[in-house]
Amino acid sequence: MAVILDARGLEKRFGAVTAASNINVSVEQGAIVGLIGSNGAGKTTFLNMVTGYLRPDAGSILFDGRDITGQKPRRITQQGICRSFQIPQLYNSMSVAENLMVGVGIVASGGRGWAASNALDGTPEQAVSRMLEQFGLAGLRHRQAGLLPEGTRKLLDIAMAMVVRPRVLLLDEPTSGVSADEKFALMDMVMAAVRAMQVTVLFVEHDMEVVERYVQRILAFYEGRIIADGPPAEVLRDVEVRRFVIGEQDPPAGDRHA
Amino acid sequence: MSVHRTSVALVAAAGALLALGPVIPNWAVSLVNVSLGIGVVVLGMMVLMRTGLVSFGHGLYYCLGAYAAGLASNRFGAPDMLAMVAGGALAALLVSAVLGLLLAKYREIFFAMLSLAFSMILYGLLVKSADLGSTDGFNVHAKSIAGFAVEGDAHRLGVYSVIVITAALCALLLDAYLRSHRGRLAEAIRDNELRVEYMGASVFATVHLNYVISAVLAGVGGALMAIHIGHIDPEMTYWPQSGEFVFIGILSGTGSVFAPLLGSVVFETVRSYAYEKSPDTWQMVLGVTMLMVIVFLPGGLWSLASRLRGRPDSARTGG
Repeated sequence: MAVILDARGLEKRFGAVTAASNINVSVEQGAIVGLIGSNGAGKTTFLNMVTGYLRPDAGSILFDGRDITGQKPRRITQQGICRSFQIPQLYNSMSVAENLMVGVGIVASGGRGWAASNALDGTPEQAVSRMLEQFGLAGLRHRQAGLLPEGTRKLLDIAMAMVVRPRVLLLDEPTSGVSADEKFALMDMVMAAVRAMQVTVLFVEHDMEVVERYVQRILAFYEGRIIADGPPAEVLRDVEVRRFVIGEQDPPAGDRHA
Repeated sequence: MSVHRTSVALVAAAGALLALGPVIPNWAVSLVNVSLGIGVVVLGMMVLMRTGLVSFGHGLYYCLGAYAAGLASNRFGAPDMLAMVAGGALAALLVSAVLGLLLAKYREIFFAMLSLAFSMILYGLLVKSADLGSTDGFNVHAKSIAGFAVEGDAHRLGVYSVIVITAALCALLLDAYLRSHRGRLAEAIRDNELRVEYMGASVFATVHLNYVISAVLAGVGGALMAIHIGHIDPEMTYWPQSGEFVFIGILSGTGSVFAPLLGSVVFETVRSYAYEKSPDTWQMVLGVTMLMVIVFLPGGLWSLASRLRGRPDSARTGG
């Protein structure tokens, strides 16, 4: 599979804090990758550098072979990378359907910067309806976004990232704030949509059950570095990962570094 | 559906007003002229309010539009109503396109105060300009419409018709814009700028565009008022005038392009009556009216129309 996202030697410091140190990540098209690590380990900083919210101090980010380092979030979205937010960023005064229509409208009125892969399939109304169906929101289309329960807000937030038809989707803690019995239903829905649209996914997650269930590859962050990178079974057995990420004091003997 | 309905209603309303023109008394003609002239400026306030912005300095463009119209007629030998309106729009367009580059970066009270500052700079300049009549301003007389000379009763009817048609046209165009994908971004920006950027649109470009649109509408309104009153002076950019636009904007609501036009009619009617019945306390009557609207109709007068139709107050469509 071709590499779609390639980060090389990313560095980011905030004063004395190193948020990213020599981050090298290559993601293949169609991969589902989990980003794990304790708070402050650098997962969100990585996400923010890829989506253009933060400019790396050094290093470069290639998307489909093109350098997107330091570009504005808007430009990066137009080229095919979109993100969701840990705290859902909705248009609270609008209905569920209108929230999606804003994104569809932006794509439809398009312009120079947009990649061909974003082009809408059908009318704007059809695009919105399809996305509502895909995310199980059809029954709520006229409900005001500001009044939705948290789980539904999360779902809508992700649908809003998907509606502009990205090729890479970055999810920031999709199940945080979602109840334990809802989280798998939510992730099943998201993953079905992602597969249907053949989107590459990177997601930050603290819930190891969710990570194990949905990803093919894990990147474990600690103090701004990637300390492990590989399939879940391997990474989650790693001594450093168990100590620094999962928080075990005394990992079982016999485990090796991945 | 909605596009169709609003457009049809606007054309029908304009047609009815035009038909009534020759038969209604002078005071009614004057009321319509003032209400729609100011109403066009308030249409501009509505665009800003939908974007989440309030300008306390839109008198700037109102006054610029009026002076541009006045200069077109008195200095540049174009005492034609259409040329005067075009001149007003153009002056507002040019100035707002430049000032907008700065203002589109500000929000809330900073935007409001910066707009106020610019309007007071124009006031200061005009007051010092002896050539433009200083504090007295100067008289303006429009002599023709699209080249056809109008005098006497024809002039009165001509001014009325130009104002009605221009206001309806502005409302039609604005309605089409607000329903477009670009136009709908206004409310998205009001709700969540971060998300708009992450959906791939430029917040700055949209705010700038909406600012220019609102300024052009204010310029057109100023030109119409210059034609109607026949006199212009720097008070048009003094802060109470800008405050009045905000007042009518809030009174009207932002639910439809009809709101500012009807709100303006209500405002002018209440003001005329209040002034006639109690010349010393008319501001108090307006104050109480505003208080009641804010308490009972926080979405403005237009939300009353939505309520009567049994729909939740909505400034939006689609989806």
